[in-house]
Amino acid sequence: MNILASFVCGLLFGLGLILGGMTNPAKVIAFLDLGGAWDPSLALVMGGAIAVASGAFALAARRTRSLLGAPMQLPTARDIDPKLVGGSLLFGAGWGLAGFCPGPALVALGRAAPSALLFVGAMLLGMLAFEFFDRYLKNPAPRVAVRS
Amino acid sequence: MTIDWNNFTPWTSLAGGAVLGLSAALFVLLNGRIAGISGVLGGLLRPRAGDLAWRVAFVGGLLVAPLVFGLFMELPTMQVAAEAPLLVVAGLLVGVGTRLGSGCTSGHGVCGISRLSPRSIVATLSFMASGFLTVFLTHHVLN
Repeated sequence: MNILASFVCGLLFGLGLILGGMTNPAKVIAFLDLGGAWDPSLALVMGGAIAVASGAFALAARRTRSLLGAPMQLPTARDIDPKLVGGSLLFGAGWGLAGFCPGPALVALGRAAPSALLFVGAMLLGMLAFEFFDRYLKNPAPRVAVRS
Repeated sequence: MTIDWNNFTPWTSLAGGAVLGLSAALFVLLNGRIAGISGVLGGLLRPRAGDLAWRVAFVGGLLVAPLVFGLFMELPTMQVAAEAPLLVVAGLLVGVGTRLGSGCTSGHGVCGISRLSPRSIVATLSFMASGFLTVFLTHHVLN
């Protein structure tokens, strides 16, 4: 059931992105272009989404289990640290360069757009690079003493 | 700043947003999880037992969305101005940045703000500011 719910939610999410106009990088860039002809549409995508979702999150915060019995896994981190801000700044730069963020890029990949294939490939590589460094920084490889 | 009224799509964008919000709402109520795309995808690269199938299913749903959308309505055009090298640089930045910052437009922007999470509000302001600045530089300064 959880897996079916995941699929349906992924599908709905993708349909919302397409309907909202988020899957067209030119429209995303027009939203980010405050100095040019500004298209405010995407602010309404976010506003509409938050208006619908906030009630559900308020309800979820008061539960320990989901309606299907899965444990409620809401983020618990509270620190506003350089990782959060620095990572978000890097993400915003990439978003502004191409007009793709992760969700719309995956939907565009579903349309077999070559640009999305390239972008998603690079994005996965970036995520893998993060995994590698994150693990290395948390558990550096033990130093091997070399005796001569 | 001028508003591009010709391309402004208030109703479809609000409706699309409501569908997104419904997906995030269902996902947290049914599965107890945050519908954050970079997090769902990132977890696939850090495989743990019993944690894979739902992620694959969610990503699968995103991938078939254009196919399903096309059954009912004409798919909107997709215009990509960025050339290949720029797409690669942008993809790397988005990949590293979303994992380092623990989220993207969906996890922080939609779910996090809906939860009134201070971390997500700061993250959203940061990536928005950075996106605005990047487009300003590439379209009005370097061009």
